[in-house]
Amino acid sequence: MTREQIKEAVVQALLGVAPETQASALRSDQDLREQLEIDSFDFLNFVIALDKNLSVAIPETDYQKLATLDACVDYLAARMQPKPQDGTKFPEKGAWR
Amino acid sequence: MAEFLMPSLGADMEAGTLVAWMVKPGQEVKRGDIVCVVETQKGAIEVEIFESGTITELLVQPGTEVPVGKPLALLRREGETLAAAAPPSPPAPAPEVAAKVEAKVLPPAVAEGHGPRASPAARNAARALGIDLAAVTGTGLGGAITREDVEHAAAARPPAPAVPAAPQRAIGMRQAIAAAMGRSKREIPHYYLSTRSDLGRAMEWLRAENGRRAVADRLLPVALLLKAVALAARRFPEMNGFYLDGTFRPSAEVHLGVAISLKDGLVAPALHSVPDKSLGDLMRELSDLIQRARRGGLRSSELADSTLTVTSLGDNGVDSVLGIIFPPQVSLVGLGRIAERPCVRDGKVVARPTVDLSLSADHRVSDGLRGSLFLAAIDRLLQEPEAL
Repeated sequence: MTREQIKEAVVQALLGVAPETQASALRSDQDLREQLEIDSFDFLNFVIALDKNLSVAIPETDYQKLATLDACVDYLAARMQPKPQDGTKFPEKGAWR
Repeated sequence: MAEFLMPSLGADMEAGTLVAWMVKPGQEVKRGDIVCVVETQKGAIEVEIFESGTITELLVQPGTEVPVGKPLALLRREGETLAAAAPPSPPAPAPEVAAKVEAKVLPPAVAEGHGPRASPAARNAARALGIDLAAVTGTGLGGAITREDVEHAAAARPPAPAVPAAPQRAIGMRQAIAAAMGRSKREIPHYYLSTRSDLGRAMEWLRAENGRRAVADRLLPVALLLKAVALAARRFPEMNGFYLDGTFRPSAEVHLGVAISLKDGLVAPALHSVPDKSLGDLMRELSDLIQRARRGGLRSSELADSTLTVTSLGDNGVDSVLGIIFPPQVSLVGLGRIAERPCVRDGKVVARPTVDLSLSADHRVSDGLRGSLFLAAIDRLLQEPEAL
């Protein structure tokens, strides 16, 4: 997924919790909760939508990394990176056996 | 035969406009079924029936304004034969019961999932344009009505202003809030208390608990707070009930009204029997309640049942809130923002997550000492989150 696609998915998730959002008016470097006047329930539903649509598990401790639109894209892009081919960060093939 | 009457959904409500029937003549209904949607100055409300039987006749066409207490439909009670003509009795909430609620306002939308298949946007457009969805041919997926269909229907004929236009409704909401809050401040001698509660243990427990839960099942701190308030209220009956006709009537059940902000106002529908529910259930029900409050589809019982209201303005960053009691309730609990604040522990200043809890209570019913014990009980319950 490209950054643009991720951004679009984030905007769609935001529209789901704040339907009156004008995507074009959204400042990507400013706090989402403040701009959209969303509460903790809306934010939780936003995270649920990201989890569902992008299949990215977001632990609660990472919520703070989703403060702005830019931050969301950065965070999700990093989480969605394909697994490294050299296997340095992940168990070697067969390690589970 | 019984008459199903236009209910009173607030002491200041004089009439409502029937928006849609959810039942047909000949249809069997059970107590608690939603039979119609009524537009009031507080928005669209799904009205439940309080008797079981068979609807025999619908007396009012959608779009008609009907005064409170006038019949909307006829009902043959369970076990009643066609010939049996018992004197009519109101299956809808009696005015006194319904008068429990004031200033309950709702967004302008018909409940989803009823009537013709239509997208929420189409329903909103239909309401705004005064179009009857039943008369619109859908061109969407599976014959669903789209917003374009509604707009075409509106262009094809002059819009009938069956329901108040949005600006009027917004004015109605403000009037309803003004009436309830004005009455509260005129009639209820409020006293106010507040205390700071250390949420260190609660937040730690919540973090661990949420680590085990799937995203969709995670808990928010408000679930713990609501449960603690409700459990404490059960032990302090003078905080939980109604002051009517110069007498306090405590409630055996704790139905928490939760204040939900809307674009044009505020609504505080009831979460029923909170002490008996798990935190997960409370989260799900609260989430559902917030969505229905904002998109339309609150039920008449949810507007009439709250025995004590909780308002949480913490998400907007204020440290504390001292609320105004919703008459005829007798207390209101305010929740401020949860944040790390300096606390003294063992002679040292340490940062702890805390919340400022406040109580606005009716001095005709309780005194400050009991109020302070009530707040202390909430605080104590929050120190044992695993027991909530």
